[in-house]
Formats: sequence, C-alpha cells, structure tokens
Amino acid sequence: MSNLLLFPVLIPLLFAAILLFFPKKIRLQRLIAALGAGLALLAVLFLIAKVKADGIQAVTLGSWDAPFGITMVSDLFSALLVLSATVITLFIIFYSFPTIGVAREQSYYYPAVLFLLTGVNGAFTTGDIFNLFVFFEVLLMSSYMLIVHGGEKPQLRETIKYLLVNIISSALFVAAVAFLYSVTGTLNMADLAVKIPQIEATGILTVIAVMFLVVFGFKAAIFPLYFWLPGSYYAPPIPILALFGALLTKVGVYAIMRTYTLFFTMDTDFTHELLGIIAIVTILAGCIGALAYFDVKKIIIYNIIIAVGVILFGVSQLNEAGVDGAIFYLVHDMLIKAALFFLVGIIAVIFGTSNLREMGGLIKTYPFLGWLFLVTTFGLAGIPPLSGFPGKLLIVQGGFEGPQFWGSIVVLATSLLVLLSVIRIFIYAFWGEPVETVPLKKSTYRKMLIPSVLLVALTVLLGVGAELFMPYISGAGEVLLNPSIYIDAVLKE
Amino acid sequence: MEIIMSVVIGFLFMAAVYLMLSKSLIRIIIGTGLLSHGAHLLLLTMGGLSGSAPPVVADGVSTADYADPLPQALILTAIVISFAVTSFFLVLAYRSYQELGTDNVNLMRGTEDYE
Repeated sequence: MSNLLLFPVLIPLLFAAILLFFPKKIRLQRLIAALGAGLALLAVLFLIAKVKADGIQAVTLGSWDAPFGITMVSDLFSALLVLSATVITLFIIFYSFPTIGVAREQSYYYPAVLFLLTGVNGAFTTGDIFNLFVFFEVLLMSSYMLIVHGGEKPQLRETIKYLLVNIISSALFVAAVAFLYSVTGTLNMADLAVKIPQIEATGILTVIAVMFLVVFGFKAAIFPLYFWLPGSYYAPPIPILALFGALLTKVGVYAIMRTYTLFFTMDTDFTHELLGIIAIVTILAGCIGALAYFDVKKIIIYNIIIAVGVILFGVSQLNEAGVDGAIFYLVHDMLIKAALFFLVGIIAVIFGTSNLREMGGLIKTYPFLGWLFLVTTFGLAGIPPLSGFPGKLLIVQGGFEGPQFWGSIVVLATSLLVLLSVIRIFIYAFWGEPVETVPLKKSTYRKMLIPSVLLVALTVLLGVGAELFMPYISGAGEVLLNPSIYIDAVLKE
Repeated sequence: MEIIMSVVIGFLFMAAVYLMLSKSLIRIIIGTGLLSHGAHLLLLTMGGLSGSAPPVVADGVSTADYADPLPQALILTAIVISFAVTSFFLVLAYRSYQELGTDNVNLMRGTEDYE
C-alpha cells in the first residue's frame, strides 16, 4: 500500500491552490507553477519505476475494501500517460513565459493550467467510473476558463459552442453511468470487469458500450462528433492551444481504450468493428480538413483528429501489435502535437499571421527553426528513425493480423497526406521569396525556442531509442489485453 | 413507478433537445438546465425507487427498507458540478451579449478564415 500514485494528482492541486493567493506577482507565479509541475514530474518518474518493478499500484481511498471505496489505479499505461501529460505541461509553462502576455498571467492563468493537469492526471489514474466523470469535469472546467481567458471576441463566441457540446456530453456521461449502474450495481472499474461478463443479456450492455463511445467520442473528437474541435481550438492563444491539442482529446482516447479493453469486451464483433470503422472515417475526415486549409493552426488542429483515428484503429484490433502500437502512438502524438504547436506558434509570431499565403523565405533568416520544423514534420508523418514510425508500424501490423486489413492500407496511405499537409507549411513558410516579418526580440525568440527544441529532442529520443521504451509499452499493452491482471491487482483476490 | 419516471425523463430530454436547437442563447441555457434535470432524475430512477426509509441509520428500520444511498451521493455530486457549469455559462452569455451585441447563435459565426 503506497500513496505514491496520488502525488501526480495532489501536487498540481496543492500548487494551484497556493497560486490563487497572489495573482499579481508574476515572477512568483512563474516560479511556483514551474516548481509544481517539476515536482509532479519527479513523482511520476518514481511512480513509473515503482510500477515497472512491483506491478500495478492500487490504493482504495480511506482504507475501504476495493469495490466500496474509490480506487486509484496506476498501471504502466496510465503511468506513461501521466508522465507525458506532466512533461508537456512543464514545457507549456516554460513556453508561456514569453508568449501568453502579462495581462493573462495576472488573471489566474497558471492556477488554471495546474488544475487542468490535476484533472488530466486524475482521469488517467482513477479506477472508478464516476470518479472519472468528476475528473473529466475538473479538467473541463479548467479548459472552459482557459479557452475564454482574455475574453477576445472569437474566444467568447467559440467558448459558447465548446461549453454547450461538453455540457451535453457530460449529461450523456451521467446517463450512461446511470444505465451501467442499474445493470451491474457497481461503479468500480475492476468490479465492473468482473460483473459484466457474468451478465447474460449482452444487448443492453452493447447499447451502453456504444453510449460510452458517444460520450468519450465527443471528448476525443471521433468522426461524426469532431465538428466542435476545429473552431474551438482555433480561438485561444498558442500555449493554451498546445495544452488542449496535446492533452484534452487524449483523455477521451484513453477513456475509450480503457473501457473497450477492460469491460466492454462481450460483443467485440459489433462494438470493436464499429470502433474500427469510425476510426478509419475519422482519419479520412481529418485528412480532408488538413489539406483544405491554408492556415498553419488549422492544419495542425486537423492533424489532431487524424491521430485520434490512427490510435483508435490500433485499439479496435484488440491484438498485441495493435494495442502496443496504439499506446506508443498515443505517447508520441501527445509530445509531437505540443512540439508542432510550439513551432507553429513561433512561425506565426514571426510573420504576424497564421495565413500560409502571406509567408515565405524564412529559411534565410531562421535556418535552425526551419530544420527543426522539418524534423518535427518527419516525426509526425512517421519516417523511420523518428518517433511516429514504431507506433504506426505496429498499428499497421495489428491491422493486417486483425479483422480489418483494409484499415491498415488507409492508415498507410493517409500517412502520405499527413506528410503533405505539414510539409506544405515548410514549403510555404521557409522557401520562396522572403516577405516582411515582424521584428522579434532575440531573447524572446530564444525563450520560445528552448522548450520547443527540448520537446523535439524528446520525440527524437522516443523514436531512436524505441527499443529502450518498448518494455514499458508492451508492459502497458499486456495489462490492457489481459484484464485479469488489472482485476487481481485491484480486488486482491 | 419507474415507467412513469422514465416517460417524464424522456419528456425532459425531448424538451432539452428542442430548446438547445433554438437560436436564442438563453433558451439554450434553459435547455441545458432541463438536460441536467433529466440526467439526475435518470440516475435516481436507475438506482431503483425501492426502499421506504431515507438512507440515515435509525432505530427500528431494517436494512431492506433503506433507499439506495449511492445514487443520491452521485446526484449530489452531479448537481453541484452542473450548478458551477451553468453559472459559468450564464456569465459567459452575459459577457458575449455585451461584447458581440447579439444573443442569436446564428450570428456567432467564425469569420477569421481566409478561404
């Protein structure tokens, strides 16, 4: 019994609460916010070492027995995601120093970021379906505050839509939990995984499974439910956009992965085939958007949707290669999306616009930025030594071994479209005739570049050192494929 | 009893969907209020409406007579969350009425696109 797995949730919460007391003292705000995220990162590193050495960590709060209290569970899968979320938040806090602006910093910006991290880490760690709802609301409340932070007209307009969509999906979540409770009589995920296979009427469970897919699909932006994402994510400033793009949809993806591997496995012919088809259509829809726009932010935003489709396709195959690939790609995608938004943010600041048609010739003045961006785009598309490759390779392999081989072909073909969509940014912004740029202070540029370089270096490391990370990834995949390990760890049978 | 509740909840969901599809922002917010009412009642109904005593330990009440305490705790949580979100939504609607000068969602279109 160890409380170590609670620290990644509690440390950001504590530091966010401290930060509420002195909103005007910017330097102290920055220092404490960075300290909070840094300490949380340290705690996660300890946690991962512990989970790797001793197996799944589970704590039932208040010393109640497992199905009666709220259980917090940390297996390798959730620990890896907590690690990526904390790393990204730390970098985003550093990236915010030069970019977010004093007015926003003085209005509770850093507390909101840390509360968001609390919600995300909690959602990754919880072992109780209603507690998952509560952590979803924690992160959504912080995201409402962040998306409207500053109160510009487009932000106000888009927040209304974002808020409405999330209120509806939260109400559906409550309804889905109500149905699940009336069928099974429990809310603990491990206990659900025990009880659901014992129920003979699988029809109602399949309905509930699809309801959960709708609920989490709203958060994760899968095919017919992604309509809110491009507009809403376009409104806030770049650091907030990077935070949302890297973390928020991934929590929905995590929830789908968890529910669809742990307890909704009674009728995989229907539910997982549906998930696979939706994933493929999501990829196609994202590709259309990514190619249609001449706006750097819009292009990356649609790439979020593509990645969600790729990950869910890997999960829907329910075999070792597919699930391992999905986990690898999930971690890779969180890092690379944050890195891409960072770089695109620098480009947009230099040109003073995010319209590709008004850009050009940056390679002459900012060569390092250009090559860094090129490496990142290759990483996104999955060119071999870089981090997008191992995940996608495993997902494609999983697809060929699984029931939907044609899905793998779509994943492969759309990789080219992904590459095309981001390489277009490189071609338009860095090649061609130089256009007039907004003068950018050397120190500001350096402050923006350092977190981006570190994040890109991390993704390169993830790709080059894939062998090093594979034991963790396959350890995480093993728990997803064998729910009995998870159940035993929680219920201690 | 559960059947009647289900029909009522269905009616609440229907009204909520109808209101949320309208143009006026305040009607949409009323719709979200009805939607959360429906969800909370659904939680109560799905927990089962059996039990004659409130879930407070008292003398002379056998365990079978208590109502299920868990859905009540869940509803209490969900109520305060939807309270917070609704108050945020109302302030947001007020602010955007001041800034954008309209409460018609059809007029709140994005025009920052270049294409």
